[in-house]
Amino acid sequence: MKKRKIEELIFNIIMRVSAFIIFGSLIAISATILIKGVPAMNLDMITKTPSGGFFLGKEGGILNAIIGSFYLSVGATIFALMICIPVVIYINVYASENSKIVHYTRLSLDILYGIPSIVFGAFGFVLMLFLGMHVSLLAGMITVGLLIIPIIARTMDEVMRQVPVELKEASYSLGATKWETASKVLLKQALPGLATASLLGLGRAIGDAASVMFTTGFTDNIPHSLQDPAATLPLAIFFQLSSPIAEVRDRAYAAALILTVIIFAISLISRILIKRFSKNTL
Amino acid sequence: MPKEINDDDIQNITENIDELEITAVSTQQSTPLVKTGSNPLRVILDGFMGKVVKAMTIFSLLLLVLIIIGLVLKSIPVLKDNPLSTLLFSSQWSPFKGEFGFLPFILSTVYVTLIAAVIAIPLSLFTAIYLSEYANKRFLKYAAPMLDILGGIPSVIYGIWGVLLIVPFVRDDFSAWLGVDSVSGYSILSGGVVLAVMVFPVVVQIVYEVLKTVPHELREATLSLGATKWETIKKVVIKRASPGIIAACILGFSRAFGETIAVLMVVGNVVQIPKGIFDEGYPIPALIANNYGEMMSIPMYDSALMFAALILLVIVLVFNVYARWVLNRIEKSIK
Amino acid sequence: MTSSTIKSHISIKDLNMHYGKNHALKNISINIPDKKLTAIIGPSGCGKTTLLKTFNRLIENVDGTNITGEVLVDGENIYGKNADVTNIRKKMGLLNQRPTPLPMSIYDNIAFGMSIHGIKQKGVLNEKVEHFLRVASLWDEVKDRLHSPAARLSIGQQQRLCLARGLAVEPEIILGDEPTSALDPISTKHIEQKFVELKEQYTIVMVTHILRQARRIADYVIFMYLGEIIEHGPTEMVLGNPQHQLTKDYVGGAIS
Repeated sequence: MKKRKIEELIFNIIMRVSAFIIFGSLIAISATILIKGVPAMNLDMITKTPSGGFFLGKEGGILNAIIGSFYLSVGATIFALMICIPVVIYINVYASENSKIVHYTRLSLDILYGIPSIVFGAFGFVLMLFLGMHVSLLAGMITVGLLIIPIIARTMDEVMRQVPVELKEASYSLGATKWETASKVLLKQALPGLATASLLGLGRAIGDAASVMFTTGFTDNIPHSLQDPAATLPLAIFFQLSSPIAEVRDRAYAAALILTVIIFAISLISRILIKRFSKNTL
Repeated sequence: MPKEINDDDIQNITENIDELEITAVSTQQSTPLVKTGSNPLRVILDGFMGKVVKAMTIFSLLLLVLIIIGLVLKSIPVLKDNPLSTLLFSSQWSPFKGEFGFLPFILSTVYVTLIAAVIAIPLSLFTAIYLSEYANKRFLKYAAPMLDILGGIPSVIYGIWGVLLIVPFVRDDFSAWLGVDSVSGYSILSGGVVLAVMVFPVVVQIVYEVLKTVPHELREATLSLGATKWETIKKVVIKRASPGIIAACILGFSRAFGETIAVLMVVGNVVQIPKGIFDEGYPIPALIANNYGEMMSIPMYDSALMFAALILLVIVLVFNVYARWVLNRIEKSIK
Repeated sequence: MTSSTIKSHISIKDLNMHYGKNHALKNISINIPDKKLTAIIGPSGCGKTTLLKTFNRLIENVDGTNITGEVLVDGENIYGKNADVTNIRKKMGLLNQRPTPLPMSIYDNIAFGMSIHGIKQKGVLNEKVEHFLRVASLWDEVKDRLHSPAARLSIGQQQRLCLARGLAVEPEIILGDEPTSALDPISTKHIEQKFVELKEQYTIVMVTHILRQARRIADYVIFMYLGEIIEHGPTEMVLGNPQHQLTKDYVGGAIS
C-alpha cells in the first residue's frame, strides 16, 4: 500500500521538475533576448541600412535585413499559396476521399514537412543552377516557398476537413459545380483557418536561415528587384554574432529582439484568428 | 486494406459526376422559370479548374521526387570518384586533395541528436503527462500558448541563447562538476542541449494532444479498480497513447536531425570524431552551411556538399518510413 | 421512510456539489440499503450520473467541482481528510455506459486490478481470472483466446468483461452508470440477470433511464429531478404509487 503511494509521489515530483525545466528554459530564452536586446536597441537599427564600417561597429542599422526578410517571406508565402490552395481544393473537393492520389499527397506532404530546411536550401541551389538563375530574392522566394508548402498545405487540409460535409452537400444540392462549391462556399467558410495556416508559413519563412543562405545571398542594400540579392534577419543576426567586435554582437542581440517581436506578433494575430474561427464554427 | 481504387476509376467517377451535373442543368433548362442554369460556361470552368488543381497536386507529389533527383544528379560526380563505402565510413576529410570521408560528420550528427533525445524525451513526456493529467486549468491557460509561441521561434534565436548561456555553463560549471578540465564549451553536449530545448515545444504539444484523445471512461474504469492516478497513467493511458507518443518523438527528432543554424553556433565545428560529450563536433547541416560560400571554388566540393544534403534527406526518409511502420504495427496490436 | 429499519451501506448527508456556477447536486441526504439493488432514475441532466460518481470520488477529476457534505461508506466519510481514495474505489466496481476494455489482453484486463493490489503469483491469478470470468458468464466464450486483445470482443462481451474486472478487485459495492444503454437486448438480459444474482452478495447502485428496467430488477428507487432527490423508497411504492407530483409526471411519461 505504502509503496504505491510513494511511487506516485516520486513521479509527481519528477513531472513537476520536468515541467519546471522545460518552461524555465523557454522563459530563459525570452529573458535572454530581452536582457541583451533591449539595451542594444535604438532607432537607427530599424531606420537605417548599414553604412561604411558597420561591421566594425560604426553607424547604421539593419533596415536592409528587415525589408529583405519582409519581401522574401511575403513572396514565398504567396508562391506557396499558389500551390497549396489548389492542392487542398483537389484533395478535399475534386478527388474522392479514399483515392490513392489523396493518400499519397498527404503522405508526401507529411514527409516533406520533416525534411530539414538545409536540404531545401541545397535543392534550391541545384534548381537555381538548373534554371540559370543567380543568387537573388526570386530564387530565395522559390526555395523558401517550397519549404513552407508542406506546412501551409497540411494545416489548410486539416481546416478544410473540419468543414462539415453537410455544407458541401447543401451547395451541391443547389446545383453548384465542384469549383463553385470550393471557391464560393468552402474557402469562404474556412477563411480564418486558411489565414492562420498562411501566417504559420509566413512565420517559418521569416525565421528560417538555412534555406536562404544558398539562394538569397546577403547585401547591405535594400533590394529593388526580384533579381537582386537580399539580406534577411536570421542571417544578419548570424553574421553579426560571429563578429569579434562587441558593438557588432550587441547589434545581433537587437536584431534578434526585432525578429522575436515579429514572430510574437505573427503568432498573436494567428491566435486571435483561431479564436474567431472557433466562434464561427460553433 | 482500403479499397483498391486506381486513378482511372476516380477519373471515371469524376467524369460521371460531371455528366450527372450536366443533365441536372439541362433539366433545369427545360423549365422556363430557371434562367441561370443554362450557362455551360460554369461547367466548362469547373472542368478546367479541376484540371488545374489536379496538376498542382501532382506537382506537390512530384516535389519530393524532384528533390531526390536533383540531389542525386549533383552527387554523381563525387560518387563516381569515390566508392560509397569510403564516403560513408572514412574519416579522411581534405577537400583539396579530393578526399571526402563523411564519417566525422555523420557521427557528429548522430551523437548530437542522441544527446538531445536523451534529454528531451523524458522531460517532454513527463511534462506532457503533467499538463494533461495533473495541471490545473489556470496553469494550462498560460502553458499552452507559451509552447505554441516558443515552437515558432526561429532557430537562430535558440542559437544565440546557446552561445550566451549553454556554452559558458558547459565550459565553467558542468565540466567542473564532472571534474573535466580545459574545455571550450563549444561541444556536442552544447549542441545536444540546445537541440533538446528546440524540440521541447514540438514533442510536448503532440504528446499532450495524443494523451487528450485517450477516452475519459478508460481512466475512470482504471481508477474505479482502485488504481492510483499514476498507476492509471503508467499502465493504461500511456499504453493506449503509445503510437502517438512514438510518432511525436520521431517527428520531433527528424526535425532535430537537420537543424542547422542553432547547432552550428554552439557545436564547435571541428572535423573529428567526437570522443566525449565535451569534444567539438561537426554535424552534416553545419558542414553544408559553413562551406557553401566556397563550394564552387574547390573541385568536386559542390558535389560533396550536395551528397551531404542527400545523406540527410535519406536519413530523414528512413526515419519517416520506420515511424509509419511502427505506428501501423502498434495500431494493429491494439485493435 | 421504511428504509430506516434496513441496514444501510452508503449513507449520504447534506451532499452539495457545485460545478462552476451550476448547483448540480442539492442537499442530498439518503441511505443506500445493503445488499439490495437501488436504481437512480430521472430525466437526463438531473444529476443521476453525478450522484453516482460522488460515491467513488471520480467526480473530483472534473475541473471546477466543489463538494460539501458527507458520504459514509461502512460508516467512514470518504470525503474525510484521512480517506484513502484508492481504497474507497477498490470497494466499488464501476460499469460505465459504454464498455471500457483496457488496452491489453482479456486476461490482463482481469489480472490488472489484482496485480496493482499486490496479487502477483501466477497460479493465484490464473485461478481468479477464471473464477471471475465464470461469474460474469464469459469464461466459455473466451477461454481459448485469453491472450488476445480485449477490444476484439463484441460489445456485450466487453461489458461482461468489465463486470468481471470490477468484481476481481473484490468490491462490496457495484456502481452501474446506465450499464446496458449501449448493449443489444440479449446482452442487456445477460447483465440484468447477473445483477439480480449479484445482489445477494453486493450492494448495487445503478443509474438508468429505462423505467421498466428499474421495475424489473430494482428493490429500491431514487427519483431525481434537477439535482434534487424528489422521492425514494421501495420500487413498488415509488413506481407503483408515487406521492410527489413530479414523480407521477415522470412515471406517467409526462416528463422525460
